[in-house]
Amino acid sequence: MRRARQGLVALSLALSLALILPRATAAQQAPAAARDTQMVTPEGLRSNASAKATDPALEARTSGVASGLRCPVCQGLSIQDSPSELSQQMRSLVRDQLAAGKTDEEVRAYFISKYGEWILLEPKASGFNTLVYALPILVVVGGLGLILTLVRRWTAVPADGDKT
Amino acid sequence: MIGTLAHGAILVSLAVVAFGMFFIPFAIKRGRRDWVALAYSAVYTNFLLITLATVAMVWALVTHDFSVSYVAQVGSKATPLFYTIISLWGALEGSILFWAWVLAMYAAAVVWINANRPGNLVPYAATALMGISLFFGILLIGPADPFKPVFPVPLDGPGPNPLLQNHILMAVHPPLLYLGYVGMSVPFAFAVGAMLSGEVLTDDWIKITRRWTLSSWGLLSAAIIAGMWWSYEVLGWGGYWAWDPVENASFMPWLTATAFLHSVMVQERRGMLRLWNLNLVVGTFVLTILGTFLTRSGIISSVHAFTTGTIGYYFLAFIAVTLLVALALVAGTSGRLKDENRFDAPASRETVFLLNNLFLTAFMFTVLLGTLFPLVAESVRGIKVSVGEPFFNRMSLPMIVALLFLMGVGPAMPWKRTSMAELKGKLLPPLIGATVMLVIAVAFGARNFYALVTFAFVGFSGASNKFEIWYGIRARHRAHGENYLTALFRLMAGNRRRYGGYVAHLGILTVALGIAASSTFRTETEATLKPGDSMTVSGHTVRLKQVWGREEVQRSVIGATLEIVKNGTVTGTIEPKMNFYPTSQQPVPTPQVKSSIAGDLYANLQAFRPDGSSATIRLIYEPMVPWIWFGGMIVVLGSVLSILPTRSRA
Amino acid sequence: MSRTRAFLGMLITVPLIWLFAKSMSRDPRDLGPSPLAGREAPGFTLAVFAPGQEALARPVGDSVRLAMFKGQVVVLNFWASWCLACRDEHETLSEVARFYVGKPVHFLGVLYNDDALSGNKWIAEMGGQSYPSVLDPGARTAIDYGLYGVPETFFLDASGRVAFKNTGPVTATVLRRVVDSLMAAASAPTAPAAPAAPAASAAPAGAGSK
Repeated sequence: MRRARQGLVALSLALSLALILPRATAAQQAPAAARDTQMVTPEGLRSNASAKATDPALEARTSGVASGLRCPVCQGLSIQDSPSELSQQMRSLVRDQLAAGKTDEEVRAYFISKYGEWILLEPKASGFNTLVYALPILVVVGGLGLILTLVRRWTAVPADGDKT
Repeated sequence: MIGTLAHGAILVSLAVVAFGMFFIPFAIKRGRRDWVALAYSAVYTNFLLITLATVAMVWALVTHDFSVSYVAQVGSKATPLFYTIISLWGALEGSILFWAWVLAMYAAAVVWINANRPGNLVPYAATALMGISLFFGILLIGPADPFKPVFPVPLDGPGPNPLLQNHILMAVHPPLLYLGYVGMSVPFAFAVGAMLSGEVLTDDWIKITRRWTLSSWGLLSAAIIAGMWWSYEVLGWGGYWAWDPVENASFMPWLTATAFLHSVMVQERRGMLRLWNLNLVVGTFVLTILGTFLTRSGIISSVHAFTTGTIGYYFLAFIAVTLLVALALVAGTSGRLKDENRFDAPASRETVFLLNNLFLTAFMFTVLLGTLFPLVAESVRGIKVSVGEPFFNRMSLPMIVALLFLMGVGPAMPWKRTSMAELKGKLLPPLIGATVMLVIAVAFGARNFYALVTFAFVGFSGASNKFEIWYGIRARHRAHGENYLTALFRLMAGNRRRYGGYVAHLGILTVALGIAASSTFRTETEATLKPGDSMTVSGHTVRLKQVWGREEVQRSVIGATLEIVKNGTVTGTIEPKMNFYPTSQQPVPTPQVKSSIAGDLYANLQAFRPDGSSATIRLIYEPMVPWIWFGGMIVVLGSVLSILPTRSRA
Repeated sequence: MSRTRAFLGMLITVPLIWLFAKSMSRDPRDLGPSPLAGREAPGFTLAVFAPGQEALARPVGDSVRLAMFKGQVVVLNFWASWCLACRDEHETLSEVARFYVGKPVHFLGVLYNDDALSGNKWIAEMGGQSYPSVLDPGARTAIDYGLYGVPETFFLDASGRVAFKNTGPVTATVLRRVVDSLMAAASAPTAPAAPAAPAASAAPAGAGSK
């Protein structure tokens, strides 16, 4: 019986760990917009936005890259989210570069070469920056270990004066 | 004139507060309760004086008295009266004054309500509150003096920040935020009082503290949701949360306060986690001051950051003093706290609360680290980096889903020990709930791992909490033969705290559902339309009718009228606008949202041709966004239920 | 026990306070040196919309390529008619550009997120611009130069590298000093490839952003 209970704790630990470790993000896919959107332009108006919004795969990649780039004029928003003019232009530049055959990484590298690492909304997980990713995981794993030890120790105390 | 008066009031209040702060410990040492009562009048006097200063400021704003520096800074004769009044908290100095006023009000309320409580807890708590008041008083005569005389007196002022006079929620979000944020000073003051008076060894102080934390928590929850709503309605990007430093600043104390509200139950029930709870209370307060420092000192650039000045150094000094005092007190106390460290079984509600606290504090740590990391990176590497939305989403999602899961497990787990048979019976409805939600989410096309897990856990915990309420109703129905509605009301009235908690859970789950659905199924498109052109986003078609311009007293407005077309007939219009204020180079986007229970149609005017020949529109369909606001109201309802004292059973 | 706790607390408190104190002395809007500094300036081909005056004039519609200025110093000023801070530097720029007529220095205005009509109207209002300005459709060149806002002024040395970036309204002193040092470096026989002026951004940042 006791084993089963400890098993439950271990299970919840394993479950939490499993949830922390994969680094897949919903965030990058969430705004993968325009998939089931379509443009109706009866008079055949051809602006930047309407002309190129027809390739869903390209749009999805564009918004994927754009969500990770910081808008230079609006502090904190991505160029995907920001309604500012510069962000719209940067988005269209991302789209053009992707359409011209650049990889996502190459487009990001282009923006880093112009604006520095600052332009990335999420720091690259290398070198010193690893800390910002590693510390929270350490806290969670360490905390789980601590809870496991404490619960073990606390349940091991002999049942003296019963408190029910 | 009125400025001098208010300035005088603040100066006197400083003296009063300083006197009270030092007089109380003196009176206690001398064993003179009557002197303590005298010192309490300092708290009331302070409240009156700060109220006077605040009223004076509102008066100066309303009468456009530009000889007062704050009015010259944010006032304008063209600004409508309503926005003139609320510009009280529209800039740094006014917001500090408002903060001081809310704090003085809380201090007065604490002393008023608990004046007859024996022991030294309340007197020492009053001392701590006066200490905090003293700091804000110093700010008000120093770096954030709103009543500086201006000469020569300007004829008119620039008006408030355009972003702040563009939406009615500016009247709702900041006051709620200050009430919740400043309210966290009260639990801190009680913690300090408990440590100074020695009452920390009994658990009675924690009962008062819990109630004060709960009320502040409810207000803070409401403020955060209102802030999300404001940013959704005003900023024009169709989102409600961007992990901006100022949002993080309001969210971090919320997380630790939430942790405290749960772990305090372990202390009350089992006499454990005393030191931990003390740390949570202190930490919550420090986080409110830290958050204010981060957003008011100009150390981090943020959408909402006010102008920089020397005020940051004052906050820095205050943080240092607070941390040192708290550290000394907690360290001095920790040796005396003897917990009865004993659990009956690992599978119990106690364990779930431990996990809940771990994830909440780890979440807080992650947000804090992410917010501060740009500073760390620049200090260490000398390079600017950004830590924004992708980072926070990536790191917090695992912890959020873990918390959503625990929200369902906790209520189903009894205290002390859980029998497998009981657990099996209780876990059936949640598992069904999870499956149903999962199937629905998949049917609607969700494929992302975290999205699916979130939906499943929302279903799981939603069912779990609903069934906990249902079990209670059923028990009453069987035992007393009450009909179900009566049973519901009696149940809630009978154990408000417990069922209020479940209601708050359901509110949070509703918020989570709204967030998960709107971010998973959000679709958007952007197009440049000529009048007569239309665009469609997930089945919703709008047609541009016209682009128009209009001059208003304090601004000029450009708008695009779009007709919502359904099956060839016009069913309504949606009218995104851009507001141009004379003081700002850039227009303030004014999106329009058409809400329904299923979701929002969100239109923002991105660009336009001055001759009205075309407009660029961003059209977003966001399912279930109103559920977030609705969920926020349920959370508030839950916390109100929990605060109200439980009536003795009739 | 409690001493250990106090020590642990200090271990967190002291670095935190130090971090804040250190960061307080910095302006968060100052984004530091441009990553372009010392690197080859991004090329461009842009059409003139405002001709400039007298000796510096270029016909409207003329296309300007960066490559045309090889071996000469280039001052690239990004501006817009909606930019308030641009008004502060306008006259200075025009005057300094006139001062260098006949020298191997080229001044060029690049219009940022604005249209030719408003640009020309603004120039007329401000009493003319001595050097030509070009249009930058889609802000492609602005992004190529890592522009945050306007005004920003880039100084390119004779070897075509970005030597210096000025954020916010530029002053006559900065203009003259940087241009002179770049010209001196260009004419010196053993001119090193390294930029003459420190490649940092001067002046308070964020003066005008859109």
